[in-house]
Amino acid sequence: MKQLILKVWENDRIAESVYRMVLEGPELEEQKPGQFVNIRLDGQFLRRPISVCESEAGMLTIIYKVVGRGTEALSRRRRRDTLDVLTGLGNGYDLSKAGDRPLLLGGGVGVPPLVMLARKLREQGKEVTAVLGFNTKEEVFGETAFRMMDCTAIVTTVDGSYGTKGFVTDALPEDYSYFYTCGPEPMLKAVYRKTVTSGQFSFEERMGCGFGACMGCSCRTITGYKRICREGPVLEKEEILWE
Amino acid sequence: MSDILKTSLCGIELDNPVIPASGTFGFGYEFAQWYDINCLGTFSFKGTTKEERFGNPTPRIAECAAGMINSVGLQNPGVERVIAEELPKLKQVFRKKVMANVSGFSVEDYAYTCEKLDREEQVGWLEVNISCPNVHGGGMSFGTDPKAAAEVTAAVKRVTTKPVIMKLSPNVTDITEIAKACEGAGADGVSLINTLQGMRISLRTRKPVLANVMGGVSGPAVFPVALRMVWQVCRAVKIPVVGMGGITTAEDVLEMMMAGACAVEVGAANLTDPCACKTIIDGLPAAMDKYGIRNLEELRI
Repeated sequence: MKQLILKVWENDRIAESVYRMVLEGPELEEQKPGQFVNIRLDGQFLRRPISVCESEAGMLTIIYKVVGRGTEALSRRRRRDTLDVLTGLGNGYDLSKAGDRPLLLGGGVGVPPLVMLARKLREQGKEVTAVLGFNTKEEVFGETAFRMMDCTAIVTTVDGSYGTKGFVTDALPEDYSYFYTCGPEPMLKAVYRKTVTSGQFSFEERMGCGFGACMGCSCRTITGYKRICREGPVLEKEEILWE
Repeated sequence: MSDILKTSLCGIELDNPVIPASGTFGFGYEFAQWYDINCLGTFSFKGTTKEERFGNPTPRIAECAAGMINSVGLQNPGVERVIAEELPKLKQVFRKKVMANVSGFSVEDYAYTCEKLDREEQVGWLEVNISCPNVHGGGMSFGTDPKAAAEVTAAVKRVTTKPVIMKLSPNVTDITEIAKACEGAGADGVSLINTLQGMRISLRTRKPVLANVMGGVSGPAVFPVALRMVWQVCRAVKIPVVGMGGITTAEDVLEMMMAGACAVEVGAANLTDPCACKTIIDGLPAAMDKYGIRNLEELRI
């Protein structure tokens, strides 16, 4: 965990209400896939936790959707603006359990953390399939990123305006060794029901601090109380208790 | 640390008056990863109850203009595990006396938990929370009635020789009545304010943002209210007053001390900036210099 002042390198709209921001800073370390950063914004009291999409030493990319005043303010940041960012937060995905043919399931802005995960898995020679779910064609992003890494990429839209019509869980391949998922809770619940292997889920929760101090994002699990920001956001399928 | 920041709280010396508030600082070790927390005056650890508590359902956090609302609901592992597991970890990162924050659901609960913590050498003060707005049937119900507040105070005083600081609720008509009742029952000090009850409604879902509907408002939004109550209480009682509520800068600390507080607690600011208390302490000498304050002792009324 580090508190850093990072410089905005770019901040572009890439789909309906969705932006990609690249941040840079010499002290920035490579983040783990599934980790998140917590960004301070003028005029907002609480920071905004956003999952890391791609990361290397000195640079990180986030993809976020404008849903409220905080993310709206974030979308107005311009190149060379600086941001106060808490980095290296959360546990991230455990890659050691992937098997040979891992399946990645992302919904909306749950897709970004899977990008870096896919790259790391491909670097290990895994055969990666990604199913990316969106509401409608205008919201689709990320397909090319997965294709360029030689992943099989399947896109679903709820209204059928692009790719397969339906939800991510309507396009599950039959054969996979393990799965990793991130997305809205109804999707995660459907993934939980319809997947046949073990896997890891990345959760979202309203946070106070993002680094384990306030107990604002606690949840119950089979293995005890966990803080989404600290022992999460990634939980194993076997430990999840839906409330 | 220079002497100009020195103060004392109920007979125990503090290197400076800055104390992270309970519920925003865990048991310290989370913050020791951000800075050396031995620069603090002390800190008040996470509210501890007799039994383990998970707390309220999520969402437990909402935002508001210049502040936040929480309904955590006293999540803690219970006093036995706090002593067995948390305090040893705390000891590794903090070598000063710590303030033990205690909550309960009956007078007996408070006495039980305080008696256990009284035996812990590192505990310097007992801060007794009779003001948690997030727990039904507990906490705040003791802090909104002078008789009940006095009863808890007396019960705790019977089981400890450590200074007892009663943490007061602002959700009352006259906070000085409660403060005087605590003083009359033997309290060594009072701390105030706990959070103000508030809520938000999501325009999108048309439902309250917090699962618990209501929560406690904190952050800079409550600072003027807190300052006013500290001012009133300082003029109503003779025991030391710890001021808190929305403090985020060194200037806020000085203002709170000018109202009569002998030390201050910093809460919500720790959550938005993990190094907030260190920044405040580091900024105090320059802020004092700017306003011609030679030492903090001279601010005490």
